[in-house]
Amino acid sequence: MSLPLAGVTVLEFSQYLAGPYAGLRLADLGARVIKIERPGKGDACRQLATKNLWADGDSVLFHTINRNKESFAANLKDPADVATVKKLIAQADVITHNFRPGIMQRLGLDYKSVKAVNPELIYGEVSGYGDTGPWKDKPGQDLLAQSVSGLAWVTGNGDQPPTPFGIAVADMLCGTHLAQGLLAALVRKKRFGVGAKVNVSLLESILDFQFEGLTAYLNSDNELPERSQIANGHPYVGAPYGIYATANGHIAISMGELKTLCDAIGLSGLEGFYGVDAQFFERDKIKATLQKHLKNRTSGEWLQMLEQGRYWCSEVLDYEALTHHEAYQLLGMEQTLQRNGASLTTTRCPIRYNGERIYSDKAAPNVGADNERIQQEFAL
Amino acid sequence: MIKPLQDITVLDFTQFLSGPSASLRLSDLGARVIKVEHKYKGDLCRSIYASHLNIAGQSGFYQGINRAKESLALDLKEPDDFAQVKAILPHADIVLHNFRPGVMERLGLGVADVKAINPNAIYGEITGYGHEGPWRDRPGQDLLLQALSGLAGLSGDESSGPVPMGLAIVDNLAGAQLVQGVLAALYAGEGALVQVSMLEAALDFQFEPLTLYYHDGEPVDRGRKNAAHALVGAPYGLYKTQDGYLALAMGSIPFLGELLNCQPLLAFTDAGRWYAERDAIKAILAEHLQNQCTAHWLSILEPADIWCAEVFNWQQLIAHEGFAVLDMVQEVTSFGGRYLTTRCPIRLDDQLLTQPEGGPTLGQHNSALRAEFTGIKPERIHHD
Repeated sequence: MSLPLAGVTVLEFSQYLAGPYAGLRLADLGARVIKIERPGKGDACRQLATKNLWADGDSVLFHTINRNKESFAANLKDPADVATVKKLIAQADVITHNFRPGIMQRLGLDYKSVKAVNPELIYGEVSGYGDTGPWKDKPGQDLLAQSVSGLAWVTGNGDQPPTPFGIAVADMLCGTHLAQGLLAALVRKKRFGVGAKVNVSLLESILDFQFEGLTAYLNSDNELPERSQIANGHPYVGAPYGIYATANGHIAISMGELKTLCDAIGLSGLEGFYGVDAQFFERDKIKATLQKHLKNRTSGEWLQMLEQGRYWCSEVLDYEALTHHEAYQLLGMEQTLQRNGASLTTTRCPIRYNGERIYSDKAAPNVGADNERIQQEFAL
Repeated sequence: MIKPLQDITVLDFTQFLSGPSASLRLSDLGARVIKVEHKYKGDLCRSIYASHLNIAGQSGFYQGINRAKESLALDLKEPDDFAQVKAILPHADIVLHNFRPGVMERLGLGVADVKAINPNAIYGEITGYGHEGPWRDRPGQDLLLQALSGLAGLSGDESSGPVPMGLAIVDNLAGAQLVQGVLAALYAGEGALVQVSMLEAALDFQFEPLTLYYHDGEPVDRGRKNAAHALVGAPYGLYKTQDGYLALAMGSIPFLGELLNCQPLLAFTDAGRWYAERDAIKAILAEHLQNQCTAHWLSILEPADIWCAEVFNWQQLIAHEGFAVLDMVQEVTSFGGRYLTTRCPIRLDDQLLTQPEGGPTLGQHNSALRAEFTGIKPERIHHD
């Protein structure tokens, strides 16, 4: 299959998650992504292991997000290496970095300097909180970005402490926004022949994600979101929206008319709450009654009744149940990579292009694995 | 600044959240978005949210996600209305929809139909679960995707049962992936079919925990104390203080023990055990940190370069200079007045991507669009 970004060269100075996630997606879509790494240690993410899991000397986390990339080792504190890297930049389409403000200037690799070498270059920058203001030097870390952004107050029930999303959501969203900005800039370069500087930050990305609630907040009397006391699913959505315990597990009950739900599961006593406003304002009362009722039968029994009554619902799956399910297996979501005898199964690109899934079996590189070839190819 | 997608036209059949978040981003980047809505009901998002906030007579959420789009209200089953779509199609660079599998084909707007009229169009679609398999006809609704994809098993702690993330994360991610695919096709300069399912987007989002699961086969364990990320060891979490909450991301446990004057932490010298013993470590931290206010702890931890932050709500955030310098809020004008909303999170050439227009009323642009694409002059100025 010919991929849409074939012929595009990306130099990735970014480390950890947000920047490399953008690089991963561009690589999936056909770009050639070369990581520029410190000799020896390389991207700090190589040593950042979650659950202490490793493959061929690098953390599994590093492998997942840097597959399908090349590595060029260069010491950016050495002027000779910087000169070499600049020659590479002159021939690249895109570079990305996530150094704290000021560092690229010191290295002579700020936008102005590299634009002089390559006027059509697209220069992508990731920061934690933007490049001005009181937080500009604060570590751009996911949990901290979630915490200052207000996001910790939408998940969990009303009587629970602030609950962060249990995954690096600010990094991931920021990475998608970087990829969007870089891609849009590539489109503009092709149409109008101009380069670009693209800036994203974890905080702006996590605020964009909260656009619904923030728009509500900004235009009301600054009413803060309130999580339901029971089965909170979304602070701005009324009952029954949430996940409920049954006699033998849990089920998810989505949005819809309360009457349809009550008819489907044989629940009486909530007739006074039918209607959109009551479902929102009286949601805790409705949810409490519902929760009590749902404890009486098994998930399977309820799901059958809900499906017959055409009410939106689903089972709740863990990874074991999910990965054994036909619906998952048909996706062909897994791919296996090999490096120096180590084998690693991970996910593929979620986008399908012209009806085809996009796979790549190239494992994440060792530090400097491609120096020789890149030096020759780019005449460095 | 030249906006990257200026003069690009998007014919947008999407509704609710996933698709409209994609066309919003294309609009932010300069594209013209013509939003086709049901003639009488409009986009479901105009009414389905139960929040009581209305802006200009529309749901606040509709207004947040549909700014600067043109509304074309049609009944696609009526030949005259369908003819209008056909008149616009040759001029559309991008066609988007998020109907369930088979619906666009039945309407005569499947990818083959569109390609027959406009071979260069990029056809982008979001489904819930793809075009095959036992779930293909299920509703692609965010909470259900969270429940099915394992996402509900990542937040909160093990005593809470499944905890959904409290915003429509899967909708948002599916939209973001669609934008990436569509922009890549636009760069390639070729007609293309770009497909994203919410399920695949939810799995991609979990590439790290899923890969670890493929690796060791162990179920996700969120821990039981101050849980914040199932895969990360202590001190990672949010902690109650005397007057609020403190976020602690990284730091050596014995070093934290010294800084915070918390003796029991000094014993945890083996960094390799900070994951396995996270509940014990966090319990000690939680007990200790509640004795002083947040500012006190920050004044000790920040100078020592420990990664930490205060946990804010929106009121605290918006009052902070760190928020003010972002210039994240824009005022837009809608048919019924003005309102405040967030802007595109991407900065281009050091400039903000803002737009003066808010969301449209249903069918606001019917007459103008008909005049533009079919040559029939408007008889009335606003609604049809």
